[in-house]
Amino acid sequence: MADLTTTIHNIKLKNPVLTASGTFGYGIEFDDFFDVNLLGGFIVKGTTIHPRQGNPYPRMAETSSGMLNAVGLQNGGAQYFASDIYPKLSKYKTNIFVNVSGSTIEEYVACAEIINELEHIAGIELNISCPNVKEGGMAFGTSCPSATAVVSAVRKIYKKTMIVKLSPNVTDITEIARAVEGAGADSLSLINTLLGMAINAEARKPVLSTITGGLSGPAVKPIALRMVWQVSNAVKIPVIGLGGIMNATDAIEFLLAGASAVQVGTANFIDPLAAVKIIEGIDLYLNRHKFNSLSDIIGCLQM
Amino acid sequence: MQMRKSVQNLKVIANFRLNDDHHLLQLKVQDQLEKVCPGQFANILVDHSQSIFLRRPFSIHSIDYKENTISILIKEIGEGTRSLSQTPVNDYLSVIFPLGNGFTIPSSKEKVLLVGGGCGVAPLLHLAQVLSSDLNDVSILLGARSVVDLVELDQYALFGKLYTTTENGSHGQKGFVTDHTLFLDELDQFNRIYCCGPEPMMKAVAARAKAKTVDCEVSLENTMACGFGVCLCCVTETIQGHKCVCTDGPVFNTKQLKWQI
Repeated sequence: MADLTTTIHNIKLKNPVLTASGTFGYGIEFDDFFDVNLLGGFIVKGTTIHPRQGNPYPRMAETSSGMLNAVGLQNGGAQYFASDIYPKLSKYKTNIFVNVSGSTIEEYVACAEIINELEHIAGIELNISCPNVKEGGMAFGTSCPSATAVVSAVRKIYKKTMIVKLSPNVTDITEIARAVEGAGADSLSLINTLLGMAINAEARKPVLSTITGGLSGPAVKPIALRMVWQVSNAVKIPVIGLGGIMNATDAIEFLLAGASAVQVGTANFIDPLAAVKIIEGIDLYLNRHKFNSLSDIIGCLQM
Repeated sequence: MQMRKSVQNLKVIANFRLNDDHHLLQLKVQDQLEKVCPGQFANILVDHSQSIFLRRPFSIHSIDYKENTISILIKEIGEGTRSLSQTPVNDYLSVIFPLGNGFTIPSSKEKVLLVGGGCGVAPLLHLAQVLSSDLNDVSILLGARSVVDLVELDQYALFGKLYTTTENGSHGQKGFVTDHTLFLDELDQFNRIYCCGPEPMMKAVAARAKAKTVDCEVSLENTMACGFGVCLCCVTETIQGHKCVCTDGPVFNTKQLKWQI
């Protein structure tokens, strides 16, 4: 077996496969399917300081090679997470990150402060890229000054690893990436969903209650790969690649493009075992190409 | 023991065409089946298709613990259901099951009414099977547009007193299920009503049940991406806020729902 370890800031992951926020619940939901400890880590669903009911139904539209969602950060709030969910996560020995979101900088900070107290949480993923909330979310991640402001504010109070999740809904993602790196991010994850829309022609109505939603799945992979490649070349901090990864080959493409780790997202809905199969597939690839370690392929795109 | 959910490749051992648009798939389970509750569902991968990305959820229609098979009733609605209904015998389907919470099974003998409409009849066969084996007094009322849309009547008749309505009067009483004499005269004799079908039908049934203060459970169907509570797409409004149809349901007591009935 090849050495699959990789490093994000000061966290050593036993393999580069994480699962993406909003596609893996609190991990517990997958206990029936596989041993979650096999993962390099997982990212808990989007958490906000106050409980959120999320958007009205319908929240999902199937599209060609993908899906749109408009969940709108439904969650029980940071206190609920800390008191009701966190104790159940202590059984896991893998790295757990909490995706943190908010409508204002103060909300991001307040939420991160609560997560900061939770010893067993390895880090946060600051979500400045959710397209499905009216205030905050993506609005922070689409301009350099606002991205800088929210990342700097959370950096002041959050001591452990801070990953910042970037939005693809921008003209030049490298500008935002550099701004966020400058504001103190330890790592970047990209891409969040692309803003999209579905229409029911028969009914002459939008499919989603919110009209627009976030596109994920294999449909977005070429865009995600391009952005991961651009950002990896633009910053020094490690990049975590995601967007339409369905199998080990997809994951390897992201690693070659420069990602130090990957996140499996939408694939979890279709095959709950996708992430473990991807870990096995990466190992097979390294062996087949006679690489001893994962680091032999990260960013090693042959031009 | 209650069966834990898993992803399994199940062999199609029979595929019966019941009428123009209904198929019955019988699937062989490799490992010994454990207890599946009536009302639980299976999420099935549609293969060989470019445009179908997500699994399709189906109620478990019936279960045979001796033969170790489950059956799925499929009505062709779109490309996904059409593709699945044409699965050849001996092919394998990737199935995640059993998912969700089933109907409440009474702890002592009760007089119960099962009301199904359209493809919503699917989970009621398994339910009738279990209720009748517990010696409950089971009545089953199935509604359809016309006689050609009523499937598997002989099967339902094995597990209770069977009544039907059709909109054109070609079988049973003419009209909707709520026009049936059971609803007009006898509803308050039942301890419990179970219902699955199109939402307007379920609301009409729930309203009648409420008026007679009879407990009513319905099985909901919302579009979902995962089927096991992580995508949070299939929510319905309940008195406790948004709940996932896949994991908090698909069966809900109508008292929990915010239906205007």
